[in-house]
Amino acid sequence: MLRAIFKSLLSRKLRLLLSGFAVVLGVMAVSGAFVLSDTLTKSFDDLFATANKNLDVQITGNRNVGDGGGDSFATPVPEKAVATVKDVPGVKKAEGSIGLNGARVVDKDNGKVIGSQGPPRLGIAWTGETDLMQIAEGTAPKNDKEVIINQGLAKKGDFKVGDTIDVLTLLQPKSTYTVSGIFELSGGRESLGGETYVGFTLAEAQRVMLGQSDAYSAIDVEANDGVSQTQLKADIENALGGAYTVKTGDEVADEQKADVEEFLSIFRNVLLGFAGVALFVGIFLILNTFSIIVAQRTKELALFRAMGASRRQIMWTVLLEAIVIGVIASFLGFLAGLGVAAGLKALVESSSGSALPGSGLSIPPIAIIASFTVGIIVTLIAAVVPALRAARIAPIAAMRQAADTQKPLRKITIAGAILTALGMALMGWGLFGDASIWALLGGVLFTYIGVAMLTPSIAKPVIDVVGRVFSWSLPGKLGRRNSARNPRRTAITAAALMVGISLIAGVTVLGSSIKTSFAKLVSDGVKAELLIIGDLDGGEGARPTYDPAVIDEVKALPDVAYVTPYQNDNVELDGNEEFASAADWTTMQQMIDVEGIQGEFRDLKPGEIIVDDKMADELDLKVGSTVGVATNRKLPGSNDGGVKDMTVVGIYDQSEFLGGLLLSEDDAKAGFSQPQPSEGYIKLKDGADVNVVKDQVDDILANNPEVSAQTQGELVEQGKKQIDQLLIIIYILLALAIVIAVLGVINTLALSILERTRELGLLRAVGLTRAQTMRMVTVESIVIAVFGSLLGIVVGCGLGTAIVKALKDDGISELDFPWTRLIIFLIIAIVVGLFAAIIPAIKAARTNVLRAISYE
Amino acid sequence: MNSEYNHLENAVTTTEPASATHAVAARAVDVWKVYGNSEQTRVNALAGVSVDFEQGKFTAIMGPSGSGKSTLMHCLAGLDEVTQGEVSIGDLRINGLNDAGLTKMRRSKVGFIFQQFNLLPTLTAKENITLPLDIGGRKPDQAWMDLVIKTVGLGDRLGHKPTELSGGQQQRVACARALVARPEVIFADEPTGNLDSRSGADVLSFLRQSVDEFGQTIVMVTHDPHAASYADRVIFLADGKIVAHMDQPTEDRVLDQMKNLDAARGV
Repeated sequence: MLRAIFKSLLSRKLRLLLSGFAVVLGVMAVSGAFVLSDTLTKSFDDLFATANKNLDVQITGNRNVGDGGGDSFATPVPEKAVATVKDVPGVKKAEGSIGLNGARVVDKDNGKVIGSQGPPRLGIAWTGETDLMQIAEGTAPKNDKEVIINQGLAKKGDFKVGDTIDVLTLLQPKSTYTVSGIFELSGGRESLGGETYVGFTLAEAQRVMLGQSDAYSAIDVEANDGVSQTQLKADIENALGGAYTVKTGDEVADEQKADVEEFLSIFRNVLLGFAGVALFVGIFLILNTFSIIVAQRTKELALFRAMGASRRQIMWTVLLEAIVIGVIASFLGFLAGLGVAAGLKALVESSSGSALPGSGLSIPPIAIIASFTVGIIVTLIAAVVPALRAARIAPIAAMRQAADTQKPLRKITIAGAILTALGMALMGWGLFGDASIWALLGGVLFTYIGVAMLTPSIAKPVIDVVGRVFSWSLPGKLGRRNSARNPRRTAITAAALMVGISLIAGVTVLGSSIKTSFAKLVSDGVKAELLIIGDLDGGEGARPTYDPAVIDEVKALPDVAYVTPYQNDNVELDGNEEFASAADWTTMQQMIDVEGIQGEFRDLKPGEIIVDDKMADELDLKVGSTVGVATNRKLPGSNDGGVKDMTVVGIYDQSEFLGGLLLSEDDAKAGFSQPQPSEGYIKLKDGADVNVVKDQVDDILANNPEVSAQTQGELVEQGKKQIDQLLIIIYILLALAIVIAVLGVINTLALSILERTRELGLLRAVGLTRAQTMRMVTVESIVIAVFGSLLGIVVGCGLGTAIVKALKDDGISELDFPWTRLIIFLIIAIVVGLFAAIIPAIKAARTNVLRAISYE
Repeated sequence: MNSEYNHLENAVTTTEPASATHAVAARAVDVWKVYGNSEQTRVNALAGVSVDFEQGKFTAIMGPSGSGKSTLMHCLAGLDEVTQGEVSIGDLRINGLNDAGLTKMRRSKVGFIFQQFNLLPTLTAKENITLPLDIGGRKPDQAWMDLVIKTVGLGDRLGHKPTELSGGQQQRVACARALVARPEVIFADEPTGNLDSRSGADVLSFLRQSVDEFGQTIVMVTHDPHAASYADRVIFLADGKIVAHMDQPTEDRVLDQMKNLDAARGV
């Protein structure tokens, strides 16, 4: 029996290759996901191990606000604490250090800030060479106007010793320094993982990064030999009291790793999501291939039965074939996944501009187990239905003429309808109820399977209509009728395409709705004609800011009526972390749609706040209430816990434009982790030309490379561009699902043509030319493709609509169907159909007439 | 030539085409069809066949299995290439034509009736009949078509799909299809091979009728002496050569001739 299976496998190499390809792609993504995340995790572990080699304990100031400020802000640790730590027994070395994210260097060529796609842009106090950092060229900074930078940054910005360098720091707008030296990291590396360093003198670092002299952002402690990290940590905690956060070196490393792993999990989830789609589409493909093969082998299988093979044996011949394909496809997919992981690792390295430590890939056992399990199980699931069908073949079928009998579609249609309804209900529950994401995904999955089961019964009428468009000639007519011949086969092929197209259509509807909603939001609610906004690719860490002196200059422009800076940060309000903004209230009212409910609405004085109605409700605040406010940097006049009592002077109506707490500008300047404004709103006088003023403002902003003036229209365009960029990434991923579905179309056509050899021979004999034969196959292909795409667009629009409706409260108020794009998808479907037809059409045209019409 | 055939009645040894008193619808001149290329595997399916098929005549090609009768028909119809020799349909020499030329020739000059699987399952009877015309984008001559359909007697079943027709009806549709384009010659390959005797008789009568009434040329490959008796002339093939021919055949004479052929081959 086994030998018979392998023989039949070998005789259908191409078919099986095509059907297995979907599994290869899916498994590739699975193995790539696991190998990549394991490889990168190991690389980063190495990296952090190097960085923290001699760090046994680290002391930082307690955060004033939850997690606020990130690595762009640290509560300063005073000089005196260093002396206290030094006296703790077991401490070999204790040094105050400054290292904060937010030293942004200006690119000499384009005047913009050198961006970073994740790794921090560190501003440090250079206190001499360490195990980690050694000077490669030049010297340490000798005065406050000199800096030392790492080799990676020198390379990125083409800086040499003696060059001037413009740096924006956390506390200071653009300032010019001179490069006194360039350093390398241990092992001759340019950076550890793409991060950049600007090393100031200690005094300058304290001034521009920390905002406090005689203080540090951390104390790094090295223990004496034989002293454990945990013991030393406990001793230091005792010595310092509760005002500081003390961590062991291992804890620091673990936190850094956790951050990176969170970032890496995005990669992994995207790949696994893609694997899910690919494998789901692949199931359709394999199901169809096996169904056709079983149908074509009916006589052969019936003969086996007549000769005494049991149903179970027949079923296993099909299932074993599936297992063999699953194993081979999984193996190939696993290998391809290694390639994907290597490629993505290279991509990560090139985008961070630095090679990661550790060469080669690390293959965790889970990658192998998951690859093979997933690949084999998916193939088996797809083969179950055809296997059962094969087992039901009666021995008498061996004697019968192979007939094109169609089983009635009633059962499958009813089952499909029930499944679709169930799926939609689940989806609704997931979207509108409080069910988890799994209810939503399960709902989508059920809906897809249900629609796929409904497809055969809608295939005939739809294909009839679609086909008429293409059947102006005889070959077209023949092609259309061929596509309607076997509704199940056509339906499953089209359904595979439907899945990919519907996901694309769904995200397109969502994206388009977001764009329209955003545009409406801006045009409805924003009255300011010009906005000062940070550049998109500013990078992580410190947010783009500008020099507040700009505001006065803008105010002085003849065409400007009002201007207000804006900035935001998180603060704690009676211990609750809340979103806080600082802006000029009276001016703000001229700029955006905000309305006060009760209290006084005027420019705030220090110690006064305005809250939104929801916050007032939740925290039970009234006009005149006193509330404790804690900001990232302790406000003057705050108590030991960093909390300052403030008075609520007004309550306003929360809107899409403004929510949360409003502070006075002075309090924000003193308390927010970055004192400079990040945005600005400009209202023009009547009759002013917005473009003229925009140029004037841009001139004023010349020294602020992180922001620029934008009109409302540009803001909307920028938002749309962002959405489009995201859509393109999703399109590229889903395009692979389409590729798999195209393989399905090719496969179905090729098998159908094989089945219709006789017919082709007859047609060729009575005078159908090769070109006409090819046209016939092409029309069939296009009809299937268009059918699948139409289904996909309908399902996708439904999916998109449901999600948009569910996100109504999150600001997506408008539902927008991007017809142009949807029509483009349909045109793409036609092209896809054309493309899929090429090989089968050539094959059909090459049919040997004589062999086709010979009977014996 | 094989001497054992020499004593046979009506044996022909000439390789010259028949005298050109009538116009010729199809002609083969010294046609060879050789399979295999080494000396050992060489098989001559046709070994120098020369034959003319007169216009308006019904010719049957007979012979034992493997005698080359189907190969001859395929070569004449432009479905198979000859190794050597000349084949013409009407005044068109067809060997040497490329695929497009051959396809066009088949579409306009040749009609086919196969033993089985003559019809496209997706098309109705009527659409099957007009298929060769539709392929060429030609409009059917309505009066002619009505006459053909009336003659084959399919009037009320034209809208049916092949699966809804009996075997005899299907074969009559095939006949109508072959006839409707008014080809130079119709090639019928065992047209009654799959039919019961009554349906077979219907089909043969129709073929006879189309020769007598419409002046159609028909070449039919068969191994059935009864079917051959409908023809004007029978050509006998053995081992790739024409070994005999017979005008105005009857079933008994054909049967005798076949027996003699078998005897001569020592079967």
